[in-house]
Amino acid sequence: MLLIPCPWCGPRPENEFRHGGEAHVVRPVDPRCVSDAEWADFLYNRTNPKGIHAERWRHIHGCGRFFNCIRDTVTDRIVTTSK
Amino acid sequence: MVGSTHFSAWSLLRRAFGGAWPEQWRAPEPRDAYDVVIIGAGGHGLATAYYLASQHGIRNIAVLDKGWLGGGNTGRNTTIIRSNYLCDESAAIYEHALKLWEGLSQALNYNVMYSPRGVMMLAHNHHDVRVFRRHVHANRLLGVDNEWLTPEQAKAFCPPLDIGRSVRYPVLGAALQRRGGVARHDAVAWGYARAASALGVDIVQNCEVTGIDRGPDGAVTGVRTTRGSIRCRKVGVVAAGHTSVLMAMAGVRMPLESFPLQALVSEPVKPVMPCVVMSNTIHAYISQSDKGELVIGAGTDVYTSYSQAGGPHIASHTLEAICELFPTFRRLRMLRNWGGIVDCTPDRSPIIGVTPVPGLFVNCGWGTGGFKATPGSGHVFAATIARGEPHPIAAPFSLDRFRTGRLIDEAAAAAVSH
Ligand SMILES: Cc1cc2nc3c(=O)[nH]c(=O)nc-3n(C[C@H](O)[C@H](O)[C@H](O)COP(=O)(O)OP(=O)(O)OC[C@H]3O[C@@H](n4cnc5c(N)ncnc54)[C@H](O)[C@@H]3O)c2cc1C
Ligand SMILES: [Zn+2]
Repeated sequence: MLLIPCPWCGPRPENEFRHGGEAHVVRPVDPRCVSDAEWADFLYNRTNPKGIHAERWRHIHGCGRFFNCIRDTVTDRIVTTSK
Repeated sequence: MVGSTHFSAWSLLRRAFGGAWPEQWRAPEPRDAYDVVIIGAGGHGLATAYYLASQHGIRNIAVLDKGWLGGGNTGRNTTIIRSNYLCDESAAIYEHALKLWEGLSQALNYNVMYSPRGVMMLAHNHHDVRVFRRHVHANRLLGVDNEWLTPEQAKAFCPPLDIGRSVRYPVLGAALQRRGGVARHDAVAWGYARAASALGVDIVQNCEVTGIDRGPDGAVTGVRTTRGSIRCRKVGVVAAGHTSVLMAMAGVRMPLESFPLQALVSEPVKPVMPCVVMSNTIHAYISQSDKGELVIGAGTDVYTSYSQAGGPHIASHTLEAICELFPTFRRLRMLRNWGGIVDCTPDRSPIIGVTPVPGLFVNCGWGTGGFKATPGSGHVFAATIARGEPHPIAAPFSLDRFRTGRLIDEAAAAAVSH
């Protein structure tokens, strides 16, 4: 179980959190203006890196807030979290 | 010649009186060029090579693996085989695989120990009952066997099951596929490896692919590996949890996320579990191996990872569920647990087919449940690579479906990670 440092509440056990997937996935501003391929890329394609991963977590059983996290997906070590 | 031993009761008996068994597949040095390079010597990659060689006359093939053959998810899975998925497309491919399982030991002359002992999925609440009954009807319309059992019938089929009404999640019924069951995971990898090697396929272990080369027209020209460069016009990526990493080498983004999935086995005991039991709702499944160990599958971690371990709380959650369903197993000790990295798609269906890169083919996204599909997946993927266009059974599972929106949603049928 990971020990995740919530930027608001401090270090808490993983089961207080929900994983929010890859960070910085931006919804196209006007979906009507993008191609099907671009829309699919936004909806479904993920970097899924082996190594450093920028992701989001939500502290659902705590402050309830989303935050960003940098984690190494090989060691599961958390490099940093930020608001 | 290596791999040419014919296995029979007679040959086993003769060996019992002495003489070492010969090696069952060659260990060649990689050559400079092949017609087809398969990346990943798991069951799916080895089956692909075997069917390319045996059915399509393409024998100049290398199967490369960064580790040892069958050391990925193939050798880590809990070997549940069934075909009672919901959608027509899924029923077609899993049923295609199940039919091949039925004759696989004979076809490969290698005992893969396919044992159709029945897979029973438990319903614990009103929604489960309705969903499973719907599955039963959908399956039967497609000619796939699946039947509904009352709690008493479920208990008769699996005596150690507790069907008492006072437990937290009482058993309200079950869906049973009698032709479902298990097979011996290592034997599947070994059987395909042996048969492919005998047909001339080079299986190169400890050979990690580190790059995919492309020509000016964008088409594949070869792969780079830790044991040198290899030229080829066709590459099949069959790398399960590492697919995103390999496809990135060719500049292709994938609709995949990789998660650790765990399993564990108990100390061996005398036969107690006659079948496979699964429960989506409380997330547990269990069967007994021929060695006597209870084989128990846990869930995935909630976050993407390549750590091949998995959190202990995930496994204990499953054990709590097992102890509730089977109170007699409470005092068994667990011997080993391990993890594998599974590649999950958004619709929980696999991806088999062509890619935007000419000459590059992919077979992935089997997630938590691809062992059962091994023969069928290899069979249709081989046809896809040989012809350069999707086999009809593979066609709906295109990478392009995420652009067209024709997803094949099996989230319910695949809900328990197995
Ligand atoms: C714990 C667990 C339980 C499971 N239970 C079941 C079950 O009960 N029933 C079921 O149907 N399915 C189950 N599955 C899923 C099943 O194991 C997989 O879907 C299936 O085995 C995938 O086979 P594969 O041949 O595609 O992949 P793998 O066997 O993982 O083979 C992929 C190979 O690619 C190699 N590779 C990766 N990167 C590179 C590289 N860069 N260069 C060279 N080689 C590379 C790896 O070393 C590996 O050997 C389970 C999985 C796990 C982890
Ligand atoms: Zn918090």
